[in-house]
Amino acid sequence: MIQVKNLSKQFGELKAVDDISFNVQRGEIFAFLGPNGAGKTTTIKMLTTLLRPTSGTLELDGLDPTVNRDEVRKRFGVVFQDPSLDQDLTAWENMEIHGVLYGVARKERHERATTLLQLFELWDRRDALVKTFSGGMRRRLEIARGLLHTPKVLFLDEPTLGLDPQSRNQMWTHVKSLNESDQVTVFLTTHYMDEADRVAHRIAVIDHGHVVAIGSSRELKEQTKTESLEDAFLALTGTSIRDESATAADSMRQIARMWRR
Amino acid sequence: MSVIYILWLREVKKYLRSRTQIIASLGSPIMYLGVLGFGLGPVFARAGEGSYLQFMAPGVIGMTILFTSMFSGIALLWDRQFGFLKETLVAPVPRFFIMLGRTLGGATVSIIQGSLIFVVCLIAGFRPNSIVAIPMAFLFMALIAIVFAALGTVIGSSLKDMQGFQLVMNFLVMPIFFLSGALYPLKNLPKVLALLTRIDPLTYGVDGVRTVLIGVSHFGSVEDLVVLLGVAILLLTLGAWRFSKIEI
Repeated sequence: MIQVKNLSKQFGELKAVDDISFNVQRGEIFAFLGPNGAGKTTTIKMLTTLLRPTSGTLELDGLDPTVNRDEVRKRFGVVFQDPSLDQDLTAWENMEIHGVLYGVARKERHERATTLLQLFELWDRRDALVKTFSGGMRRRLEIARGLLHTPKVLFLDEPTLGLDPQSRNQMWTHVKSLNESDQVTVFLTTHYMDEADRVAHRIAVIDHGHVVAIGSSRELKEQTKTESLEDAFLALTGTSIRDESATAADSMRQIARMWRR
Repeated sequence: MSVIYILWLREVKKYLRSRTQIIASLGSPIMYLGVLGFGLGPVFARAGEGSYLQFMAPGVIGMTILFTSMFSGIALLWDRQFGFLKETLVAPVPRFFIMLGRTLGGATVSIIQGSLIFVVCLIAGFRPNSIVAIPMAFLFMALIAIVFAALGTVIGSSLKDMQGFQLVMNFLVMPIFFLSGALYPLKNLPKVLALLTRIDPLTYGVDGVRTVLIGVSHFGSVEDLVVLLGVAILLLTLGAWRFSKIEI
């Protein structure tokens, strides 16, 4: 479904992603693990047509995101690290706009939106403004919205950040069942090892822009001779803490956090 | 087309839902109208210029549209990181449509806002020369709205963080307002000031509204119309280009 070959992305002096290659099979749940600043989000941005690679090739469902941009965009749904819902609109209106943007015909749009909102347990609140939703509900709505145009791949960039264990658990249950019933390929990044352990078929560990290991959770544990995925992760990436330099987006994120609720 | 429409509708819906914001944004124009309009009125009349309220009402309407439309454009910056904009940027539609829907939505909202102030002016005692002139005034108001919503888009797409916002307010929005002749007549100005007012697009907007509503004109409505149309096309093009360059 996804093929990445010798992919690199350079920002000035910094090599955010350095010559990585991997494949994701159709219907697979693939997790991307790595410390802060390892290049996870940059890779997702390249796969979702938001950034152009410096070198290397990408393929999503047989199409090149740098060439057939709009065709590729129709084939994936994405949930970003930062929220991207319109909080002053209702859940239903958010779904509606998404459907129009992706050119889904009205009848199908309404049917899909109804099914998805019911599935993600948001149907009762469809006419409530999103700003009245809890963090978990918002995340679920974003995923439901991302699935409205029946994408083949779903990208989830740290979707459970800041959620309580209940919401996290519920979210992954939904994602897993969707993956099984509709064969949606899922590409996710997370900091929570237990999540990756639980839902992902295969895991790639990325550090300093390189893929340092790839395989199932068991394979990674065997390879590093460790008991848990967390230990395997630390064995692969070391225990030193990564200091990212802050960007403009980070300072805005801080202000946003201050004003939230 | 449906993409432009739904994004336009989104802006208008959001505006109509934010009652407190509507009321809050009427505050400063009403203050200008009340304090300056009545405070400077006697001086203006003694200088033989007639009623100051008549003179400045088109200026205050122009100011309202300027502020509202510039804000809608600059809000893009916030929207890009924490809002809905990112969702539209990965959608399989040309960015130009997205920019157009947003900008026209912002322009519509500021026209509504300008109309509210128009009504406030009428209540305060402002009297246009004829009812027939009002549609023409709305044409000029719409042009002011599009020009500055597009300028807001240019700036919102180019800024990196919220710190730049104050800079824009103090060095762009306020000068545009004060140099526009919204508050004072443009004749017999010192050379430098006269030049600055000439390159301020709002000058032509306010002059246009004033010409059709009370028959006091500096450039003449044809020149106003041509300049505003030209600037609108230029800024929309520039906005589309800057918007297409946004990276998130």
